[in-house]
Amino acid sequence: MKKILKYVIVDIVQNKIVLIYTFLLLLIALSVFNLESNSAKGLLSLLNIILILVPLISIIFSTIYIYNSSEFIELLVSQPVKRKSIWLSLFGGLASSLSLAFFIGAGIPILLYHADATGVTMILTGLFLTVVFVSIAMLAAGITRDKAKGIGLSILLWLYFSLIFDALVLFFLFQFQDYPLERAMVFFSFLNPIDLGRIQILLQMDISALMGYTGAVFREFFGNYIGVLLSFFGLLIWILVPLMWSLKKFSKKDL
Amino acid sequence: MITAKNITKTFGRVKALNDISVSFIKGECIALLGPNGCGKTTLIKSILGMVVPDKGNIEFNERPISKQWQYRSSIGYMPQIGRYPDNMTIANVIDMMKDIRKDTTVHLDEELIASFGLQELMDKKMHTLSGGTRQKVSACLAFLFSPDVLILDEPTAGLDPVSSEQLKKKIVLEKEKGKLILITSHVLSELDELITEVFYMQDGRLLFHKKLLELIQDTGEERLVKAIAKIMTA
Repeated sequence: MKKILKYVIVDIVQNKIVLIYTFLLLLIALSVFNLESNSAKGLLSLLNIILILVPLISIIFSTIYIYNSSEFIELLVSQPVKRKSIWLSLFGGLASSLSLAFFIGAGIPILLYHADATGVTMILTGLFLTVVFVSIAMLAAGITRDKAKGIGLSILLWLYFSLIFDALVLFFLFQFQDYPLERAMVFFSFLNPIDLGRIQILLQMDISALMGYTGAVFREFFGNYIGVLLSFFGLLIWILVPLMWSLKKFSKKDL
Repeated sequence: MITAKNITKTFGRVKALNDISVSFIKGECIALLGPNGCGKTTLIKSILGMVVPDKGNIEFNERPISKQWQYRSSIGYMPQIGRYPDNMTIANVIDMMKDIRKDTTVHLDEELIASFGLQELMDKKMHTLSGGTRQKVSACLAFLFSPDVLILDEPTAGLDPVSSEQLKKKIVLEKEKGKLILITSHVLSELDELITEVFYMQDGRLLFHKKLLELIQDTGEERLVKAIAKIMTA
């Protein structure tokens, strides 16, 4: 397991995309903090960029990387190696290198400009989102054999989580505005890791005006502390379920 | 050493393997023969655990192989089309394999690397290699850990006559050490001097599994090519 992980990480590090991603994040983070006079405002702008960019890069890069590793996977499955350790090494390699990229690119500027509980929560959320979307990518690449289909599925999933889901929730809210939907809203936000991440930070930032409906209800329902804890727990589920599912698929896959 | 019981595998509507039962014993050199698409490679991949059969079970040294992986340390596999990570060099691939299989404390058999003259190519990236050179790398990896079982899928396809001869010599040498060797090939003329048994498949079914001598007696032909031709046209 450790050996394979080493080869995966060395290979990803040699790939320049992760490096470019790191610099891109660094550039965005530094310019956002320098443009805004108030670092809290900067953090909020950064939040919106992170919530779009991090899932996108994590899911697309991971999906393509997994397909491009098909030779590596094929070579290893005929060797005395557990299938599980091949798959988990791929996951571990992607998750750790993308997390490191996020930490250097966004984490360090946040710590420099806004090192309080909110900043730390934001770094944690970014890291969690990275791993969640790597895990979803593992699933997308694990269930489709065709590369084009797999990447298409990944893009669709990203689109769903970043845009379509919110539209659906809004639609649902307007359709059923005569009913008390607070409980339902809380439930819905657990269905979308990006929403969970957003709520987490907004709860921390204590700016209810900017929170949006979902976040407001969430806060009312849980209060700060438990809310953050529960949403981290939700993110953890979002990492484990797709990963385990893809692992199950992979262990029966014909190569 | 390897026994398979009633294995069936379907890909979509095609039955690649249809109720195949077989046992391969140590010290034999078996030719898996049959027309294209008859399930030879699927059978090999099932033994390696790369393909999971729908039904039936396979045992290696009396132990079922499903969900196991340790048994593969006594198998050397040379795939029909070796696919390797593009940006690794030959040296990288060989070192990685050594690293991954390090726990098997056998001596490394680098004879083929020498006889193929791969040392000079060690720094070449895999994607720059010709099909034949790639095939040589696959062969070297299969023999590298002196495994008890060698599974060679079309070993000489794409090799030049000299290398092909070197590989055959190596196979004979390993056979004499009492290893189990499974070969698929369509070049029947080169199998005569190698094999001891013939395993003939058609449309995913086992047609016959005989000793070479028996087959030659039954058909009255001296050469394997003619014997098989007689069966195929009969």
